[in-house]
Order: sequence, then structure tokens, then C-alpha cells
Amino acid sequence: MNAVTHPMEDILRMDRMPHIWCPGCGIGTAVTAFAMALQKAEICLDKTAVVSGIGCSGRVAGYVKLDSFHTTHGRAIPFATGLKLANPELTVVVISGDGDLIAIGGNHFIHAARRNVDIKVFCINNFNYAMTGGQLAPTTPEPATTTTSPYGAFEHPFNLPFLAESSGAVYVARWTALHIRRLTKSMTEALSKKGFSFVEIIAPCPTLYSRRNRLGDGLDELKYYHDNSVIKHGLDTRELDIGYRKEIVMGKFVDKDRPTFIEALNDRFTQVFGDKYEQYGPQNANGN
Amino acid sequence: MSYWRKPLDWDKINIPEGKIHVMEDQCKGCGFCVEYCPKDTLEMSDDFNLKGYHPVVVVNEKSCVNCQLCEVICPEFAIFVTLKNNYPATERIPETRKGVKIGES
Ligand SMILES: Cc1ncc(C[n+]2csc(CCOP(=O)(O)OP(=O)(O)O)c2C)c(N)n1
Ligand code: SF4
Ligand code: SF4
Ligand code: SF4
Repeated sequence: MNAVTHPMEDILRMDRMPHIWCPGCGIGTAVTAFAMALQKAEICLDKTAVVSGIGCSGRVAGYVKLDSFHTTHGRAIPFATGLKLANPELTVVVISGDGDLIAIGGNHFIHAARRNVDIKVFCINNFNYAMTGGQLAPTTPEPATTTTSPYGAFEHPFNLPFLAESSGAVYVARWTALHIRRLTKSMTEALSKKGFSFVEIIAPCPTLYSRRNRLGDGLDELKYYHDNSVIKHGLDTRELDIGYRKEIVMGKFVDKDRPTFIEALNDRFTQVFGDKYEQYGPQNANGN
Repeated sequence: MSYWRKPLDWDKINIPEGKIHVMEDQCKGCGFCVEYCPKDTLEMSDDFNLKGYHPVVVVNEKSCVNCQLCEVICPEFAIFVTLKNNYPATERIPETRKGVKIGES
């Protein structure tokens, strides 16, 4: 009996529990999906690194029993890009919030996707800057109330799958924190995919976003996802805007192939330098 | 009177039974597991845990089918389930069907 340990024991730092997230916060469930995906993807955990930025979602890096780094705000993707380019045999995963990745880090996001840097970006979207008190984010639907939009948001929010695809991502999916099995499957696919892979996870933030908008607790939000989400695989990403309390369309929208940054670099330099050029990347790594 | 027929492989089907493990002091009482357990195996306790939350309690472990939905939906990594036994389906008739004679009438 005593020998029975939690199935995530190998991946999560159970000695750090309970974690900092509020009751009913969806980040923990997204982390469970990630941990299950790591187990399913059959990748070497010693060669997997997790990078987060700042925010409630940014705390994920501190709870995984893997090499991980908690970067400065917005800089998870550039850090991950450096990690991948310096050590191409690593599987590099970025898990962070919508504010961190798409607001302050938005520029890095579009360029990593454009270059098709082989990193996996899992964005936990709770429609606000939660850690700092629930401010408006570039994902806040119109006209949701946040601390900095007391009369309702009037800016048009980003549609993240569309932003990812149009910037160049080769894998794009969206799920809610309720759809754990499907989310796990997408994360597993993304982990095995070569190139910039993006999964958006819609998650409840009961303490700030839900409370300001009087939407109840975390469980109410899961019930809302249950009643108001539809799966439409392969849908044109232009149609994936999220309206306030409107239907949430989920699924896998993009799964294609194009040369990664390192492949393109090798191709170009081979064209220019011919045999004199030594290929860069894991295929050329000595030993392992 | 019975509205359902006995499946042909009824005696070959095994229904798993789970053993539920709750890390009571890690639970924050969000109720996700209670809501989504398909078997009404769990309930929220009236007692407090170390952190002042009402934790989940197992009220009917016999009904648990080891689907692990509670485990995957828990945002606190506070509950997990291991396989206890694989009973023949004939021995695991749900309470609600107890009065119904299977395959008869
Ligand atoms: C350079 C810098 N600017 C601003 C902040 C303050 N700050 C911390 S977290 C955060 C937003 C986090 O939002 P998000 O990424 O959506 O994560 P969440 O907390 O919602 O999970 C901000 C603006 C900071 N830490 N550093
Ligand atoms: S403030 Fe919101 S996002 Fe942050 S831990 Fe609490 S519920 Fe989660
Ligand atoms: S394993 Fe399934 S049936 Fe058993 S308690 Fe968990 S959710 Fe309920
Ligand atoms: S889902 Fe987890 S934290 Fe929520 S009530 Fe159940 S055991 Fe507790």
C-alpha cells in the first residue's frame, strides 16, 4: 500500500505540492495532460527541457522533474530557441500564459513560428493577466470585464490558432482544460512533431477572470466548456475567434511539414559551400 | 420486465474495480472529480483538511470502475486510482439494475 505512488511522480515534483494555483484553476489539469503526453510520446525525459515565462502559467517550469527554466517575462521562446539551436537533440517545450507568450512575448512567438524553430509551445489561455491581478490581455474577449477594462473590453482579441498558422506553425490545435484526453493526444502529437508546434489550452481562472465577470467557480467554467464547445478538426483558422461567452471551437487545425530552421540553414549552407560544409544538428552529433 | 438483452459475451466481460488514493491535504476542494466521476463514487467532505479546504471523500469505492477520470481532471494531483480487481461483469451489476433480471422475460 505504502509503495503506491502517484503516476506522475516521475515527471512532477510532488515534494513541492500543494502548488500555488487557486482552487479550480485549470493550469493544474493542463499540466496533468502534459505529464501524460510526456509518458505517451516515448521521448527521452533526460533530453527534454521545459521553459516558462512569468505568470501563474509560467510557474509550470518549477513543478516538473525535468530540466527546466523559468525565464523573464515574455522571453520563454527566445530562451527555448537558443536551447534548441545550441543543443538540437533536445525536445524543447515552452509552457506559458497568453500574456507572456502573446503580449510581451508576441514578437518572439511570430518569429519562432516564421523560422519554424523546432520547439513545442503550449499556451494556457485564461483570457487575462492573472498573476498581476487580472488585467486585460490580448486574448480578452469583447466585452469581458478585467481590472483594466472595467467597462468591458473593446479591443479585438487575437485568434491564437490563426496567428500561429499565419506566422508559419506546422502543428496547431486548441482544447479546453475539460477535454483532457484529446488535449493529451494533441500534446503527444506535438511532442513528436518536427517544427514549431502550437497547442492552445483554454483554462478557467476562477479567482480573477471568472470572478470579475461573475462566471462562478472553476467547476462552472468546466460545465460551460462542456455545453459550449464543438470539435471541428481542420477548420480554417480564420474562423476561430473566441467571442465572449460564445461557442468555443476546438480541434486540430494544422498538421503539415516544412523545413525547420536548422534544416533550412543546412540546405542553404550546403548550396553555398558544398562538401566543405559540415551539417549542423543531431544527425551529426558524435555519440549521442 | 427488462428492456435490455443479455450481451452474448456477458460472462467473458470483466469490469475493473479501482482502488482510490486521495492525498487529502493536497486537495483544494474544487469538486471537479466529484462532478465528473461517472459512478458517483466521490463526495465532498464536511470536514476540513490541513489547509482549510473541504476535501473529497470516497463514499462508495465498490462502484469505482478505474476509469481514472478523477485522476486526470484533478488540478491538484491529489487523487489517483489503481486497478484493484477485474471482476466478471456478472458480479458487478450496478445497484440500479439489481432488481432487473438480466436476459429474462
Ligand atoms: C518585464 C515585466 N513586465 C511586467 C511584468 C508583470 N507581469 C507578471 S506576470 C504578467 C502577466 C501574466 O499573464 P499570463 O502570461 O497570461 O499568465 P497568467 O498569470 O494569466 O497565467 C505580468 C504583466 C513582469 N513580471 N515583467
Ligand atoms: S489567479 Fe487565476 S490563473 Fe492564477 S492561479 Fe489563480 S485561478 Fe489560476
Ligand atoms: S476512477 Fe472513475 S469511477 Fe473511480 S472514482 Fe475515479 S472517476 Fe470515479
Ligand atoms: S479534483 Fe482534486 S482538488 Fe478537486 S476536489 Fe477532487 S481531489 Fe480535490
